[in-house]
Amino acid sequence: MSTALGAILTSHKKLGMWLFLVSDALTFTTLILCYAYVRIGAPTWPAPFDFSPGILFSTLMTFVLLTSSLTMVIAVDAMRKGDRRRTALWIAATVLCGAAFIALHMTEWRHLMAEGVTLTANPWGVPLFGAAFFGLTGLHMAHVASGIVYLGVLGTGVRMGRFTSEDVEVGGLYWHFVDLVWMFLFPLLYLTAVKP
Amino acid sequence: MLGRIFSTDHKVIGKQYYFLSLFSVMIGLLLSVFMRFHLIYPDKKVKLFELLWPTGAAGGIMTPELYLSIMTMHGTLMVFFVLTTVPQGGFGNFFLPIQIGAADMAFPRLNMLSFWTTLLALLVLLGAFFVPGGAPLGGWTAYPPLSAVGQIAGPGQGDGMDMWILSIALFSIASLLTSINFIATVMELRAPGMTLDRMPLTVWGWFTTAIISLLAFAVLLAAGLLLLLDRWGGTSFFLPAGLVINDRILKNSGGSPILWQHLFWFFGHPEVYIAILPGMGLISTILSVNSRRPVFGYKAMVGAMLVIAFLGFVVWGHHMFISGMSPYSSIAFSVLTMTVGVPSAIKTFNWLGTLWGGQLRLNVAMLFALGFVSLFVAGGITGIFLGQPAMDLYLHDTYFVVGHFHLIMGVAAVFAMFAGTYYWFPKMFGRMLNETIGKIHFYITFLGVYGIFIPMHVAGLAGNPRRYPDFKEFEFLSDLTRLHTFISHTSFTVAAVQLLFLFNLFWSLWRGARASQNPWDATTLEWSVPSPPPHDNFGGQPVAVAHGPYEYSVPGSEADFVMQAAPVKEPSA
Repeated sequence: MSTALGAILTSHKKLGMWLFLVSDALTFTTLILCYAYVRIGAPTWPAPFDFSPGILFSTLMTFVLLTSSLTMVIAVDAMRKGDRRRTALWIAATVLCGAAFIALHMTEWRHLMAEGVTLTANPWGVPLFGAAFFGLTGLHMAHVASGIVYLGVLGTGVRMGRFTSEDVEVGGLYWHFVDLVWMFLFPLLYLTAVKP
Repeated sequence: MLGRIFSTDHKVIGKQYYFLSLFSVMIGLLLSVFMRFHLIYPDKKVKLFELLWPTGAAGGIMTPELYLSIMTMHGTLMVFFVLTTVPQGGFGNFFLPIQIGAADMAFPRLNMLSFWTTLLALLVLLGAFFVPGGAPLGGWTAYPPLSAVGQIAGPGQGDGMDMWILSIALFSIASLLTSINFIATVMELRAPGMTLDRMPLTVWGWFTTAIISLLAFAVLLAAGLLLLLDRWGGTSFFLPAGLVINDRILKNSGGSPILWQHLFWFFGHPEVYIAILPGMGLISTILSVNSRRPVFGYKAMVGAMLVIAFLGFVVWGHHMFISGMSPYSSIAFSVLTMTVGVPSAIKTFNWLGTLWGGQLRLNVAMLFALGFVSLFVAGGITGIFLGQPAMDLYLHDTYFVVGHFHLIMGVAAVFAMFAGTYYWFPKMFGRMLNETIGKIHFYITFLGVYGIFIPMHVAGLAGNPRRYPDFKEFEFLSDLTRLHTFISHTSFTVAAVQLLFLFNLFWSLWRGARASQNPWDATTLEWSVPSPPPHDNFGGQPVAVAHGPYEYSVPGSEADFVMQAAPVKEPSA
């Protein structure tokens, strides 16, 4: 019986993470619906508008974040095979991609702010565009930043011989979720507003 | 000592939640007494008011703003820190693991974190009384635009409102963690033999509630974030263009206060069921135990709970009939709202079916359980009135609504808490509560709450608006003065009787008669362990469940009940 109980106990964390992700998904959904609500109600939503540095730059960001999911998958796989050194390495690669995403994203933010888009202003139309853009991407970026800290702790621990392969998988769940949220934000915020 | 305060034991955390709420409910009750006093004696100078609020009640007379801030804090304390906290955080924490045969929650440390976050949220909320400007004025719903523009909307809408939002955000996070814990515990930690259809209805109640709060609080959290952005970041999610507040034109544009109402009530309506579903589970159990009959229609009860939980998410619009809503939407929301009556009626008739032909044991827990059924029916029927858009247009901002939601969401849920306290106190603390004091407490409270809230419906029908700090300027309300005097005096009596309950509680903690392991002859697992249960609940013994949760008056058994953990009898040859 104790082994059966043990088998159940090990899957707690995964279930816990899934439940957290369900609720977090609802938080994002709410924000996205609010974005839709104010956008539909706005007479002058800037579409198309000038993404600065440009939509290709934003696509590059997306690519970097997608790559980080791939490296995370490799990390989870390495951990399953018991190779802690390689796991730590690939988690580090994931963290690096995450950090690169934030750096690129910040560059984009700075460019937009230089053009006059802030939380309360938008040179091309309703100020709420800035609020929705920074609100949504800001919350997402906060998630990426927390993910970097989380994976940092996880990777260091794995290197030092702590954590199980399930812990890495659970970390991966969170990371993929953050990535997935971006896969919604990118089309909704960028692609629906890009110049044809 | 520190180890006992910062405990990860679900039973300690459950008691911590319980006492946190006991503290909150006393403050909330006191605030309501202040309100009822001010309503009937608006010109009386009260030293105590001046002592507590030197600016808000200078000279001992409450300003309208102070009245509104007291109302806001009463509602917030009661809804979040009492109605949401006791059934789930208090009783749920203590009994959910025991009732499914587990040694603790799935994530004990997360559980401890939830409690301390809730405590922090409470302190932040109460802190709103002490910041410049005092507590917020906008009610527990914090409707924009007044909640989104800051100080210019009123004294408490500056720092006080910030504190309120922060508190609610913290509370949401704590509730999310709790619900993750509850769901994982039910799904993963059930003892062998504790199949889904052997789970006590209390466990179903907590489980369903956890699912609701996992989804609902996530939305409230997002809404709170946007409101903070509006306040701190200068955005306009909830603020339309051309807004003039206190003679100032605001620069915001593009948003809509209705958006907040959608978000808030998408959380707010399920919140009603967060408060009442655990109570429904508990009442089913208590009725069954004390009529020595199995719960009538167990599966229908479970199904009704799940249906109520689902419907709870699609009826939020009925709080917004007067906010300017398309009549088509109104009809849809109205029909869906009426549909909630079906599972509610299923539950009510099953409770009656449980009682039918039973040998009733009218102990205090049972009395409060019967009181719950009565209040649930009364509050539910008045809900049918409000669910009609045409009726609601007239009744919405009147005392009818105040009476209605206090009956169903406030007092019914509180009755479930009282029932739970009288029923589980022996298990939690190892001592019995005094039944005689309990009966006095019950009868006065039961008659009293009807005496308070039924007249409110009448006042509402007569057109008495809610949220007014006094009625002296309104001639059309002068006929209702005597009614309000009656309501207020009844409420003072009911409030005083709660002191009797407090006395009973604390006296029994130290002086009550020792409780046996199973004083009520009940069947669920918590009654097969000592009172109070040891640290790991079952003393490390494996638990095997072989029976359903409500096997009372079983033909052929020695006692008139069979414990869930009792071994299966070998068929005699």
